[in-house]
Amino acid sequence: MAELVKTLSPAPSPGSALGRAFKSFSLLKESPVGMIGAGLVAFWILVAIFAPLLAPFDPLATLKPMAKPGTEFAGGGTFWLGTDHLGRDILSRIIFGSQTVLIYAPLATISAYVVGILMGLAAGYHMGWWDVILSRISDIILSFPVLVLYIIIIATYGASGAVIIVAITFASAPGVMRIVRGLVLDLRSREYVAAAQTRGEAAMYIMLVEILPNARGPLIVDACVRLGYVIITIGVLGFLGLGLPPPDPDWGGMINETRKMAMIFPHMTLFPSIAISSLILGFNLLADGLREVSLRD
Amino acid sequence: MVVLISKRIGFMVITMFVVSVLLFLALEFSPGDVATKVLGPYSSEESRQLWLEAHGYFEPAWKRYGIWLGKFATGDFGDSVRFKVPVSEILWPRLWNTAILGFWTFAFLIPVSLALGVLAGMREGSKLDRVISVGSIITTSIPEFASTVFLSAIFVFTLRWLPGTSSMSSGFEFKQLILPVLVLFIYDFGYVARMTRASMAEVMTTPYIRTAILKGLPYRQVILKHALRNALIAPFTVIMLQINWLLSGVIVVEFFFAYKGFGALLLEASLNQDLYVIEACAMVAVFVAVTSQTLADIGYTFLNPRIRFS
Repeated sequence: MAELVKTLSPAPSPGSALGRAFKSFSLLKESPVGMIGAGLVAFWILVAIFAPLLAPFDPLATLKPMAKPGTEFAGGGTFWLGTDHLGRDILSRIIFGSQTVLIYAPLATISAYVVGILMGLAAGYHMGWWDVILSRISDIILSFPVLVLYIIIIATYGASGAVIIVAITFASAPGVMRIVRGLVLDLRSREYVAAAQTRGEAAMYIMLVEILPNARGPLIVDACVRLGYVIITIGVLGFLGLGLPPPDPDWGGMINETRKMAMIFPHMTLFPSIAISSLILGFNLLADGLREVSLRD
Repeated sequence: MVVLISKRIGFMVITMFVVSVLLFLALEFSPGDVATKVLGPYSSEESRQLWLEAHGYFEPAWKRYGIWLGKFATGDFGDSVRFKVPVSEILWPRLWNTAILGFWTFAFLIPVSLALGVLAGMREGSKLDRVISVGSIITTSIPEFASTVFLSAIFVFTLRWLPGTSSMSSGFEFKQLILPVLVLFIYDFGYVARMTRASMAEVMTTPYIRTAILKGLPYRQVILKHALRNALIAPFTVIMLQINWLLSGVIVVEFFFAYKGFGALLLEASLNQDLYVIEACAMVAVFVAVTSQTLADIGYTFLNPRIRFS
């Protein structure tokens, strides 16, 4: 009897799910591309955490305008990457800018995922009207050119951290919902879901405990790619002058503020561009590695 | 088939309708805000009230929406607050400039990304495949504003081959178009190439390709006659959907290179709260996006007999 129950409900326990997630990360060792990606991401996370220790100067202090990279500062220290038009040390601003991007991008991505997952679970599990309405809403949102959508939202409500997170959630949740819905439509006919339904579990419990953990593989890969896009979005908004209000360092904003001087001082735009590109590349390579590894087993 | 096409067009109309309602609610719902945006923050309360009355803003919202939509449908977008001329006078030339930019981007994007995608997908896992795959990840990872910076640093500041702006102030010059097109190309190339590669790789594993190889057909013929026709169905949709993507992309590129296009117009309008220009640009952008998606769907059903006959 005990064995029968076991074979009827093979839903993995949370412990083994964690174990398997860990395993797929350790499998990443076999994908050199994925390892490079993980390394880039880890590098920037460490930079963000230890920013106060790593930055040679205060990112907001105006020290010596338009110094070229490698200039010595009279007050001690070197501007390794030069300073910007207001005399702020670019290296320090890049280091502190990593905090901005690594706080807002994951927050916006998580928020998009929470909304998207709930929508996708409801549409895929209940089907019927839920599915029709939620799918139509997301079709309409997805038919917008994304940047046009962001510009309208920010033009209407103003630029602030909260508005940017809401705007990204609004624009990205439908994409997450589509993926989750597809996965749920496949998973809802599994035996362990039927077993849970027979046990009389609530729909919410089945969706969150039985179905969601089993859909995590493709979702983790998608989250990495999406995080890359969100970082691009935050950078683009900063670059277009619609991002976080100054003076806090923000990579996109740094490029926007100094791009008119790029002819004479290319270092002002070059280094922030390298920083943001390397972080996005990190997430994309990581996603590629995870996909490769997850296809293998 | 006819049912499917009319369904798609019906959905397109519904989408445009919903978008127009949302846009109206976001930008026009509160008359006080509209008056402030049109007359400026320092206008007197009295003049705002007069303006609102003269422009019918005291009517109920649903009635205003009806009139607004009617004007939109006939091409009357109102006057630009900033330029003091009808929006349509600014909008159409800008849209034409963006169309030129888009045309040249696609003229390079389609052949190059399809060719490289097919080459990579033909022999999955080969050295060429890996180079193309990693290359496309790298190009999609560089945001457009960063590649504008990199390319300007190389071609404008160091080599001094190309101009750094594309304002076309002294007439149309193809030289000024090169960098904007290149940036858009680099950003889009990776995605289309990867999709083509995936589609080609999938076709190469099908039984009919194996049969063609096993019955001794030359490899060239297997690829050209059997694989390509089926492998290029999916990329067709992907390329059509790139039009939507490009509408976002042009905003960044036009802003950076000071190109007088539609994207730059939308951005300037939103930075200056130029209300009617924002509305017109947003509606046009969504219209172009939804139309291209509808055409992609309809074209896909024509290309793929499995959908056409089911």
